[in-house]
Amino acid sequence: MKTDIVLAGVGGQGILSIAATIGMAALHSNLQLKQSEVHGMSQRGGAVQSHMRVSNKEIASDLIPMGAADIILSVEPMESLRYLPFLSNDGWLVTNSTPFINIGNYPNIDDVIAEIKKFKNHIIIDADKIVGEFGSKRSSNIVMLGAASPFFNIPFESFEEGIRKIFGRKGDDVVETNLKALRAGREFTEKNRS
Amino acid sequence: MQKLLLLGDEAIAQGALDAGMSGIYAYPGTPSTEITEYVQASKFAKENNIHSMWSANEKTAMESALGMSYAGKRAMVCMKHVGLNVAADAFINASITGANGGLIVVAADDPSMHSSQNEQDSRFYAKFAMIPILEPVNQQEAYEMAYYGFELSEKFKLPVMIRITTRLAHSRAGVKPLPLRKQNEITLPSDLRQFVLLPAIARRNYKGLLNSQAGLEQESEKSKFNTYFDGKDKSLGIITTGIAYNYLMENFQDKPLDFPVLKICQYPIPRTQVMKMVKECKKILVIEEGYPIVEEMLKGYQESGTPVVGRLDGTLPRDGELNPNIVALALGFDTKTDDRIPEIVKNRPPSMCTGCGHIDAYVALGQALSEYSEGRVFSDIGCYTLGALPPYNAINSCVDMGASITMAKGAADAGLIPAVAVIGDSTFTHSGMTGLIDCVTEKSPVTIIISDNFTTGMTGGQDSKALGKIEDICIGIGVHPDHIKVFKPTKKNMDEMVQVIKEELAYNGVSVIIPRRQCIQTMKNKILVDKVKELGL
Repeated sequence: MKTDIVLAGVGGQGILSIAATIGMAALHSNLQLKQSEVHGMSQRGGAVQSHMRVSNKEIASDLIPMGAADIILSVEPMESLRYLPFLSNDGWLVTNSTPFINIGNYPNIDDVIAEIKKFKNHIIIDADKIVGEFGSKRSSNIVMLGAASPFFNIPFESFEEGIRKIFGRKGDDVVETNLKALRAGREFTEKNRS
Repeated sequence: MQKLLLLGDEAIAQGALDAGMSGIYAYPGTPSTEITEYVQASKFAKENNIHSMWSANEKTAMESALGMSYAGKRAMVCMKHVGLNVAADAFINASITGANGGLIVVAADDPSMHSSQNEQDSRFYAKFAMIPILEPVNQQEAYEMAYYGFELSEKFKLPVMIRITTRLAHSRAGVKPLPLRKQNEITLPSDLRQFVLLPAIARRNYKGLLNSQAGLEQESEKSKFNTYFDGKDKSLGIITTGIAYNYLMENFQDKPLDFPVLKICQYPIPRTQVMKMVKECKKILVIEEGYPIVEEMLKGYQESGTPVVGRLDGTLPRDGELNPNIVALALGFDTKTDDRIPEIVKNRPPSMCTGCGHIDAYVALGQALSEYSEGRVFSDIGCYTLGALPPYNAINSCVDMGASITMAKGAADAGLIPAVAVIGDSTFTHSGMTGLIDCVTEKSPVTIIISDNFTTGMTGGQDSKALGKIEDICIGIGVHPDHIKVFKPTKKNMDEMVQVIKEELAYNGVSVIIPRRQCIQTMKNKILVDKVKELGL
């Protein structure tokens, strides 16, 4: 049982916090893991990605082959499309709908959303709005993770445990907020997946 | 023991700590930075007094590590591939002095140039220096190679290179640690002239180095990191080096691999194993992350014997990082090659942060230069290199650490007056100061802008050796105090900045202009904020 995930976003949006939580969840489920990150120049507001591979068997490559990813999990809508060549035909594209505009020629957001909808398995979620309902903007990445969680071969309890491990040092309130965010994301997907 | 979830970089650091390392030396450089940062953050390292402060540049780092080795303790020095160019003098000569305490040089290469100006392969340097290379295939090997590397270094009394590439450096996986070893006590070399490279001694040491080659090769032959997997289909033999092995295996997850495979992760190349494959197989495919070094050695110029294919004949691309699909194509497998993305997706290159002081400095410089012809700004390595991109289009060169000042000098020598250099504070103390001496000696008509943000920004905000010292350094080197100008780069100060730069551009001699404002990415670094306040900057 293997899950290959491409995490996408813009440098500074914190996709590595999602990666860290998946990592903890995988460890809690006794799974093997390889996670390739982008450091350095691209972190200055450029397009960034992280390849994450979770499996119950030994994993060979740190990079996911093209056409083989089970999930693209993007915290920015245009960035979700940049990695489409990696997604398998029956994979899931899960993306936040709020654009991050730091370039002059950013396309019309409605056109971006329409392009995403061309791919049959998609979840488009306004994570920032959902997070607004319980008041911590920082947790929007965890809403995204929750929204993608049904497509992982990892039990949901392991994600909850991952949250407790990653945020435990910051106190019970932070853990609780992020658990709420995780569950809210998951609920959204369960309601909206076709 | 419980597995640790570590980046390749961090695995090397943890391996070195567990192997009884006494000090790590480095200048930040992607993708090597996290090795030293891991030791800096380690409670164990602090409690055991393990050195981990940043060095001024890779050469001073290499020399300090060599000094620690002289004193009998285990030392590691880490750098990105181009950093090894800076350290090369010390590095090559360290193979002639030899080591005393275990000495590991980590070179982190960057194929596909994710964050670099070239994709040179550090294995050539180690071959040049005739020292062993360890090239891990995964995070576990990275850990074990740091651990074993000190042993190997102490056994042969030679420095050992660990060579990694970006992909492993910045990929995380589980690592199982080994038992902790104690640090060495101070023990000087038995021959106190071993490190004195006078010709008579260097000639003797060099013969010793030559004589040790056979032993190093034997070590590779029996190394657990080199493995020969035999296979019944001898129509093809496959040699992989380092992480290329992973991309090969990725292509055989759901089918049997019947070709013989030689996985090389320790050099010199295990000759007996290579020759077995050459003799038994009809054709050899060499898959390497980096330059085709093994392929070239096998193929030679005569191109006789068993055909060898790889990067040189186009079976694999000549440049860039490998991946599973590229290797699939080389094996003749059906693979997805269509990497087109929807047209609506626009490029999103890295850029300077909103509110960055470098931006205001560039805007002011652009206005001040508007009365001169184009093409006179020489820049350097750092965040401000991004001034090359639109909308700024502000610089005309970026070559190597410190080259801004000396290239401006050379251009001024040629008659391009005024010539401008733009360099950051940390890059200035890394390699800019010596160039400034050349300018001062000849009173060259150059305007040097040291854009001071109190940090090494591009690599993530590490300490800058220049903090609070730039004016003193410039005066000490001989720049006239009247031509050292400091201002705070903000929109509000724009008119004043433009005026100051204009005056200095018109001056027929060396000027240093220091736009000074803290990097906005470091505003949460309380130690730095307090230090800046204390220094009155």
